[in-house]
Amino acid sequence: MLAADRIIAIAIIAMSLYFMTHAATLPIGWSGETGGPGAGAFPFWLSLVMALSALGILARSFMKEPTHGRFFHDRAVRPVVAVTLALFCAIALMPLVGAYVALVLFMLWYLRIFGGHGWVLTSILTIATPVFLFFFFEVTLKILLPKGWTEPFFIPLYSKFF
Amino acid sequence: MQYKFTKRSFVAMAASAVLTLGTGLPATASDWKPIKPIEMVIMAGQGGGADRIARLFQSIIQKEGLASMPVLPVNKGGGSGAEALRYLKDNAGDAHKVMATLNSYYTTPLRTEIGVDIAEFTPLARMALDTFVLWVNADSDIKTLDDYVAAVKAADGKWKMGGTGTGQEDSLVTAMLQKEFGLEITYVPFKGGGTVAKNLVGGHIDSTVNNPSEQMGFYQAGKSRPIVAFTPERLEAFPDVPTARELGHDIVYWMQRSFVGPKDMPPEAVAYYTEMFRKLSETEEWQTYTKEKSLISDFLSGDALQAYFLEERGKHAEILEAMGEGS
Amino acid sequence: MEILTLLGDGFATSLSPVNLMIVLLGVTAGLFIGAMPGLGSVNGVAIVLPLTFIVPPSSAIILLAAIYYGAMYGGAISSVLLGIPGASTAVATTFDGRPMAQQGKAGLALIAAAVASFVGGTISVILFTVFAVPLADLALAFGPAEEFALVLLAFTTFVGLGGDDVLKTIIMICLGLVLSSVGLDLISGQPRLIFFDQPGFYSGISFLVLAIGVYGVGEVLFTIETSHKRQQVTPARLSLRELVEGMKAMARLWKTMSVGSFLGFFVGMLPAAGATPASLMAYGIAKSTSKHPETFGKGNIEGVAAPETANNAASTGSLLPMLTLGIPGSPTTALLLGGMVMWGLVPGPMLFIEQPDFVWGLISSLYTANFAAVVINIALIPLFVWALRMPFTVLCTLVLVLCIVGGYAPSQKMHDVWLILGFGVVGYLLRKADYPLAPLVLALVLGPLMEKSFRQTLIAEQGNMFAFVERPLSGLFLAIAAFFFVLPLVNALRHRLANRKLAPDGLPPSGGAA
Repeated sequence: MLAADRIIAIAIIAMSLYFMTHAATLPIGWSGETGGPGAGAFPFWLSLVMALSALGILARSFMKEPTHGRFFHDRAVRPVVAVTLALFCAIALMPLVGAYVALVLFMLWYLRIFGGHGWVLTSILTIATPVFLFFFFEVTLKILLPKGWTEPFFIPLYSKFF
Repeated sequence: MQYKFTKRSFVAMAASAVLTLGTGLPATASDWKPIKPIEMVIMAGQGGGADRIARLFQSIIQKEGLASMPVLPVNKGGGSGAEALRYLKDNAGDAHKVMATLNSYYTTPLRTEIGVDIAEFTPLARMALDTFVLWVNADSDIKTLDDYVAAVKAADGKWKMGGTGTGQEDSLVTAMLQKEFGLEITYVPFKGGGTVAKNLVGGHIDSTVNNPSEQMGFYQAGKSRPIVAFTPERLEAFPDVPTARELGHDIVYWMQRSFVGPKDMPPEAVAYYTEMFRKLSETEEWQTYTKEKSLISDFLSGDALQAYFLEERGKHAEILEAMGEGS
Repeated sequence: MEILTLLGDGFATSLSPVNLMIVLLGVTAGLFIGAMPGLGSVNGVAIVLPLTFIVPPSSAIILLAAIYYGAMYGGAISSVLLGIPGASTAVATTFDGRPMAQQGKAGLALIAAAVASFVGGTISVILFTVFAVPLADLALAFGPAEEFALVLLAFTTFVGLGGDDVLKTIIMICLGLVLSSVGLDLISGQPRLIFFDQPGFYSGISFLVLAIGVYGVGEVLFTIETSHKRQQVTPARLSLRELVEGMKAMARLWKTMSVGSFLGFFVGMLPAAGATPASLMAYGIAKSTSKHPETFGKGNIEGVAAPETANNAASTGSLLPMLTLGIPGSPTTALLLGGMVMWGLVPGPMLFIEQPDFVWGLISSLYTANFAAVVINIALIPLFVWALRMPFTVLCTLVLVLCIVGGYAPSQKMHDVWLILGFGVVGYLLRKADYPLAPLVLALVLGPLMEKSFRQTLIAEQGNMFAFVERPLSGLFLAIAAFFFVLPLVNALRHRLANRKLAPDGLPPSGGAA
């Protein structure tokens, strides 16, 4: 737990420094000409406060008695990593094969393999969800989802429903 | 899998469509029609003047049935339109994307390095030119341009001009004013033309350069006063307001409202959209709107429009350069 | 009495059978759109707006009002059921709504939200009916300095709630504020913090992306982990008896709800402030005036009622500057404003005089839509509660799919979907490490307002810092903010003194705890 606390604090410090380098490309001081702080001032100084607070947490962690209990439990963290990876793949696939293929694959994996549900429930949901998405988002709200390579298959649908 | 597309079979459709249907209809040159919804990219965020006018176009197109597919407005206003410009550049050759532009079409690529050359885009149609007027609060004693110049000079740099942001159209007009009369003005940026107008009436700023449409409500209620119009001729809505040119100061500035397509848009698509916008410009709704809001409806398309864009880009480069030297 | 006649005419139109059908349709559609993470009234209004040129204007207004109200009610549904605030205005609703759902009291929380929304909406519409015209001047008096003071006030009511690790809270607030500055700097017109030169950052980081990330994906990941150890969510049930009890409980909260309504209306009415600060302040006030502040955040029904009354009241209030000044306080009102312009109406001080039919037609539609919304909402609660009884893996799948699609829909950029995944993972880790997430999300919403108004004031006042306290309204707000900031310290001090039983020479009890 303590190690994780420190790692997160260090990560926050690193991130703040990264923000500060970005902000520092703009004026960060009090600009007399425009009568107020420059464009970079707000992000720069706030990042500094963030870095200092994280430093405080880091320092505090060395003063405390080490507590037992671990941040991650191997058995519990495995499904979290699996779901994250599956989400990553689904999002990466979306612009290529389209939302309707990518999300169906994700649902198939999640329900059938990860969730261990039967084929009946899995197929009902994986068919109903894209149909709902199409009619709710595209037909009703006129928000087009990415299609990728599947674009040609939708052209007859467009001419039917729009 | 021989489904016909009846309403009853729609449940199976999404699944079967992927399996059974092949390629879409190939477009023939003479009779091109959009085969999917047309994306109308807006170079500004939701609710601004540019957004409002783009959505007006969308609703007229829909109402009059000018397009066979729906037109879907998408706001990409980030970075003064930089986002929209980059997006259009990345979609070269797309026949289903048009972009509603305003003057940031020139100024944004000039002011920031975004790797976009507007000469590459396909000009479609210029719908209108929006006008600018100098406004003050109706409670002030300023009635003429001379009063105004005197008041600004007397304020000794503390005169507050509201606007929509450095590099935006009204800031360019402000810069021209400063240059012409040797004025010192504090320019306070706000989020949109409407907010600027409200802050003028609320007394938080001293003057604004607003489109007539943004001040119209307050003007009619007698809360704001037009001083001078930055147009070649007097505006129909304000016959008593002189133009700057009349008074011997050559400040004329327009906001163009045009549509462009991405680079290499197929010629038949260009013809389709140009025709669509031409019809749109002739509708009664559009004519009434331009009249009420003091817009100049001046349709332009094809090479003439491209030449106009490039000329304007040159002018804006000069103005921006002059501003850079001034401050 | 003239108002009553005008309003009567308005009702005559809005209660015709056709229009009643429209109201029912609009409210139901709005409810589902609002309940969808990522979608809100802005999507509903945007899609209906072009249609309004085909139907007669009076029906068009009613349809728009119905969708507006429906979506506002719907926002609370995803806050309570999934813990994902569908709009920034519903963040405060998750504080107690989510814990209630986890204790199996989702139905009760939803009833509380619906009733509170109704009360807030109704009081607000009445205030609107009576005071719309005179209040327009107050809205005009509101400049950048007042805006800044108000946002600061919203912040302190929230920070004053405290309870979490101070250092971690500060980090989260700063992070939210820094992320809010990504995109274009309004004042100088320069792009800033464009990470990795990604054009997607030009438009900044939207609230929805962060909220769907940390509350949607992050929450699912967190639940996946914890559910391996034990089942966390108690299955929700809803009986008629509960419904009656819920109503009784709500009746006892009349004080909280009236404070929320008035606060919501007045804060919402101010241009640019809007419903988010209003809901936060209402929550803050309810908590600090409660006899049991420690129960807040753990499933107190009052913590659902307060923000929900305020945000609905504020959403109605925000129509006021739109109609009387032509200033949209939110993207939705901006679209409505656009619609009015297209109908040929000129928003502004003259609208009430020149177009009374339109104005009173709209106001009476608000009454009708609000009433329809509460009825339909309560009728549908069993359905929503039933949805929670789905097997956990099924629910997670659907929530994740909705997070992806809902995150994509508003901006239609894959960039935002990637950010959602990133925020989800980071939010999950931060939550495990006991970093509070609400300050992060709220700072992102309030940050741009705060920075912009701060710098505008200083530019206008030539860098004079005292401008904020010299102006009466902003000075007053800052004084209240300071009071809220000190209040928790005073309370803590008093508790400590009381515990130590330091009788005569202790501090005199301050009047601050009222």
